[in-house]
Amino acid sequence: MSEVHAHTVSFVRREMLPEQAPPLTEVGAIKWLRENLFSSWLNAILTILSIFFVYWSLAHVLPWMLGGIWNAESLRDCREIRDARYGEGASVACWAVLTDRWNQLLFGFYPSDAYWRPIGALLVFLAGIAPILFSSLPRKSLWFTAVAPFLMYFLLWGGTIWGPVAVAAGFALGWAVFVAVSRAAGSLAGSIGAIVVPILYWLFLAGPLARTLGEVAPIGLTFVPSDDFGGFMLSFIIGIAAIVLSLPLGIALALGRQSDLLIINKSCVSFIEVIRGVPLIVWLFTASLLLNYFLPPGTNFDLMLRVIIMVTFFSSAYIAEVIRGGLAALPKGQYEAADALGLDYWKAMRLIILPQALKISIPGIVNTFIGLFKDTTLVVFIGLLDPIGLSNAIRATTDWNGIYWELFIFIGVLFFICCFAMGQYSLYLARKLRTDHH
Amino acid sequence: MTDAQASMEAPGEADRPQMKVSDEVAIQIEKMNKWFGSFHVLRDIDLTVYRGERIVICGPSGSGKSTLIRCINALEEHQKGRVVVDGTALSSDIKNIDTIRSEVGMVFQHFNLFPHLTILENCTLAPLWVRKIPKREAEETAMHFLEKVKIPEQAHKYPGQLSGGQQQRVAIARSLCMRPRIMLFDEPTSALDPEMIKEVLDTMIALAEEGMTMLVVTHEMGFARQVANRVIFMDAGQIVEQNEPEEFFNNPQSDRTKLFLSQILGH
Repeated sequence: MSEVHAHTVSFVRREMLPEQAPPLTEVGAIKWLRENLFSSWLNAILTILSIFFVYWSLAHVLPWMLGGIWNAESLRDCREIRDARYGEGASVACWAVLTDRWNQLLFGFYPSDAYWRPIGALLVFLAGIAPILFSSLPRKSLWFTAVAPFLMYFLLWGGTIWGPVAVAAGFALGWAVFVAVSRAAGSLAGSIGAIVVPILYWLFLAGPLARTLGEVAPIGLTFVPSDDFGGFMLSFIIGIAAIVLSLPLGIALALGRQSDLLIINKSCVSFIEVIRGVPLIVWLFTASLLLNYFLPPGTNFDLMLRVIIMVTFFSSAYIAEVIRGGLAALPKGQYEAADALGLDYWKAMRLIILPQALKISIPGIVNTFIGLFKDTTLVVFIGLLDPIGLSNAIRATTDWNGIYWELFIFIGVLFFICCFAMGQYSLYLARKLRTDHH
Repeated sequence: MTDAQASMEAPGEADRPQMKVSDEVAIQIEKMNKWFGSFHVLRDIDLTVYRGERIVICGPSGSGKSTLIRCINALEEHQKGRVVVDGTALSSDIKNIDTIRSEVGMVFQHFNLFPHLTILENCTLAPLWVRKIPKREAEETAMHFLEKVKIPEQAHKYPGQLSGGQQQRVAIARSLCMRPRIMLFDEPTSALDPEMIKEVLDTMIALAEEGMTMLVVTHEMGFARQVANRVIFMDAGQIVEQNEPEEFFNNPQSDRTKLFLSQILGH
């Protein structure tokens, strides 16, 4: 039969073949193992070596971590407990340094009866940022986002409430001037007025206004000077402030770099190149040591504010370059289509160009933010007590002299959680904004 | 020499009253010149477009036909001459340019839809932000024109999910939502597969039948024959010949036109 079939061209199948189960090597866990771990002899050996290596590392690290001692007054104390529990010289972690210095690692030397204030500020921040991060939340809650920065400042530094209120009023004033003037004399005059009037107000009016209001209605919290700020609170304040401020500044610089207006173009290019071309640590020293020479005598500019400004400038230069890449990646047709529909420059940028350019730039922007957040640890070199600075201080005390790993693991884990969360958010956003196919 | 003569004679519009659809002038171009660097792309262009006219512009690539219609809504800036669109003279004043652009619709070769917005948002964007029309009304207008181009069911999809022909029809609807008085088409079918060209041309024919003033740069000679009431042939940055389609195709005057027609109709 089969011979006949093999030699004839025409063929008719009379009965259909039944479906058969695939061989055992092609399904489920066995297939996965074969394909991913044991696809060849070399890979099999590497797999076994890797498993051994992972086991060996965990076998050493896990008992050290999990058997750690949480309750002790000092490193000496810790060692005594260890000797009693595990025998002389056993290797276990002494997490007690974290429980003992927990508040200090989180808040620095912030007054302990006011710890609710930074925690409140963090909650205000989360509530304020949520509607920006997740567009499914009601848009009305954005008004809280606008109030949040001033509320956070008030909670963290305290003092009279009229200071932040007077500053916030400047923004409202700028907006009012913009609306009024641009209706009467065009949007360019409106923009100039919206910048000049609030600056004049802040320079000459805001201070006396806040003082008068403070005398009339003394509402406020105890003032806490920046010198008392420290620990993760300090990293968060610098990191968050710089992230929030550097995005709009970076966008403005990227647009300025694209501008046809020579002066705007050249000043943006020089700003970006100069800021980017000098190490951050140099800018931080500039902020801490040199800046006072350039400011008018008598002005005492808060060091933390100076650091925030420098870090903001530094990361905005990077953000600008990342966004420039996004702008360059847009086809020219998008600009032309926006023009052809009669949209003016700002509307075209806001509605057509930037949403697309920012979407392309999300991974780069978040990457810059992650870098910025970790770079806040550099402030240790200008004497601010960030977690690294505090760990040095803690290790310098007689109680905890000689402890390393536990502190640095803790700091590393906290930074990792924040940076990993940012990275995951960028992936979520990229997925959400995909419009090519569903 | 014969070419030069032909181009001298052809643009003489005064003696062609039969081509006019109405006496109202929609676009008036006088002695327009444009250079890209030192390259002289448009040379002494004279053209009057009357309200309701459908003009097809053809010519070899690099002849300046796209540049010509892009000068009408100031996507390109001309350096010499006068362009009056719908009674507004083109100047370097931004306000002036934005006014003209909102009255003149443009359809591009590569559609240029906004990929981050849905079809409906693409269509309502300019009415909302330029014309300041209320959202409800803008959406109604958009749906009206999407029905007209026969894709209302795609309104909530994104451009990336549509075929090329559908995208180009959306682009036409998007322009129409601004209620333009003049429509410019820059090779609207050149980036499309053959079976999609027809759906776009059908949309354009329907638009022409409603009396829209249209300037179309295209190589679709069938469309020109059926719809145009004037065909303009451009070469080397100048208008070489213009005539009614019947005359233009059957009895071309200049040698360059003859050569061009034999090349594009010969296969």
